[in-house]
Amino acid sequence: MSTSPAPIGQRAPVLHMESVHKVFGGQVVALSDMELQVNEGDFISLLGPSGCGKSTALRLIAGLLHPTRGRITWEGGQGSGDLGVVFQEPTLMPWATVAQNVWLPYRLRGKTYNHVKDEVLEALKLVGLEQFQNAYPRELSGGMKMRVSIARALVTRPRLILMDEPFAALDEITRFRLNNDLLNLKAKIGCTVIFVTHSVFESVFLSDRIVVMAARPGRVIRELQVDAPYPRDETFRTSSEYAAHCRAASDALHIAMGEAA
Amino acid sequence: MTVIDPENAPLTADIPEIDEDERARLKARQLEKIGKWILPAVVMALMIFGWDRIVVWNEIPHYILPGPGRVLSTLIADWAMLFDALLVTLQITLLALAVAVIGGVGLAVLFTQSRLAEMSFYPYAVILQVTPIVSIAPLIFIYVDSRLAGLLICAWLVAFFPILSNTTLGLNSADHNLRDLFRIYGATRWQRLRFLQLPSALPYFLGGLRIAGGLSLIGAVVAEYVAGTGGIGSGLAFRILEAGYRLNIPRMFAALILIAVTGVVIFAGLSFLSHMLLRKWHESAIKREG
Ligand SMILES: Nc1ncnc2c1ncn2[C@@H]1O[C@H](COP(=O)(O)OP(=O)(O)OP(=O)(O)O)[C@@H](O)[C@H]1O
Ligand SMILES: [Mg+2]
Repeated sequence: MSTSPAPIGQRAPVLHMESVHKVFGGQVVALSDMELQVNEGDFISLLGPSGCGKSTALRLIAGLLHPTRGRITWEGGQGSGDLGVVFQEPTLMPWATVAQNVWLPYRLRGKTYNHVKDEVLEALKLVGLEQFQNAYPRELSGGMKMRVSIARALVTRPRLILMDEPFAALDEITRFRLNNDLLNLKAKIGCTVIFVTHSVFESVFLSDRIVVMAARPGRVIRELQVDAPYPRDETFRTSSEYAAHCRAASDALHIAMGEAA
Repeated sequence: MTVIDPENAPLTADIPEIDEDERARLKARQLEKIGKWILPAVVMALMIFGWDRIVVWNEIPHYILPGPGRVLSTLIADWAMLFDALLVTLQITLLALAVAVIGGVGLAVLFTQSRLAEMSFYPYAVILQVTPIVSIAPLIFIYVDSRLAGLLICAWLVAFFPILSNTTLGLNSADHNLRDLFRIYGATRWQRLRFLQLPSALPYFLGGLRIAGGLSLIGAVVAEYVAGTGGIGSGLAFRILEAGYRLNIPRMFAALILIAVTGVVIFAGLSFLSHMLLRKWHESAIKREG
């Protein structure tokens, strides 16, 4: 059931951010007039220097913060289970097994394990950890924990998955492998993702839209499209197309950093 | 890819090459294993032997310092009476501990659910804790008719605070990202408590419980000293007092030994409980290499 996403202009909208403004403590402008439309099947990277409000944007979308001004609206309203989240740390419950951790989003909606066992195991299979369902988090490597975290985020098949620098703490080899696996996942289940990263390469490899942000005040300065078709693999990483996109993103990032300095 | 189970990981046999570090580590581990039991036993044997010699060589009369043999024979001779007293003390200790667990955890949960309750009552919990029990106990025995209830209250007052403060700390120390996750998934208060805060608090609670176990024994003994005469249904502390009046020093020692052993058993039991509950996931219960 491989789904190749529609061209960017023809995708159905999922979420709108309309001139969203967030001020902390009355003076720190973490986010200034952010406009963003997220469409079904988008893989959006938020790319920018530290402190430009990437995490703030995600926390606003997740409903953990409220905008000082502006609006965030879900197309057709937000239902429970519409959102999956992956943090920089795996954020697993150490006292629960892998399967119990993945069960959590369902459990909090009152579903018993037996009721959703198939979904849980399917999610674990998608991240390649089905034989680890009874292991405890401490028995897993950092990369495997991250996979569990991803399985938990997608187990309810949410309309939108938010990822805040999920691979930043991992070594490069693991990160590359997880990047590939993430794209395979996306091809299989056609999820919509907003992915925060500091890495130009990661953002170009993964996403079809890159939102470049600048700090002080946090704001969007440019949006780039990476129109290389999915599936992308190692050959894409070495293509001249990839290099060109990286250069463009990197230039935009330099502008963002120059303006912030 | 297989999960390595540290408990069943091979120690020596399957390692073909053992280098200097490895040998040192194995030796240290063996020493640790033996030393942990042998050394204290040797120290104890030496001390008992020394005690015996001092008594014999100096011809100290038994009403001043009885030798170990005499204490042992008293322990056996008075066993029926001392054992009854032990049961009384143990009963108060365990009841107080149980009430301390219920009260401590209950208050801790109340405090984390309602900031207002915490702000209102926490200072008083501290005041109760810092006021020495010996100074409150006489008052308690004036106002509480039942001797058992009075003893229980005293032991409880001493024991509940470490459970309260540790459990409160634990309930508040749940990972902040997990808290966010629970909020995003729309968890109810009860779900957050049940699935996130209580499991996070478990190691802290068990740490508090181990302290409270010892404290409730102390509370029970001290309260009994204060309560004084009791006759029937008296605990070990009362037997010590009584033996003291009669200059029955060997019986004082025998009762003292029983109290000490009780304390050690309580501590060991709670440590074991803690280990069993945490061994699957908590760092404190996982043996590390090196
Ligand atoms: N809760 C808060 N209270 C006050 N200021 C905050 C708060 N959260 C974020 N900020 C400020 O808002 C700005 C944006 O922070 P944010 O965490 O969104 O940046 P970021 O782009 O995610 O940075 P990084 O790449 O380092 O994670 C920063 O200046 C930060 O200090
Ligand atoms: Mg951030």
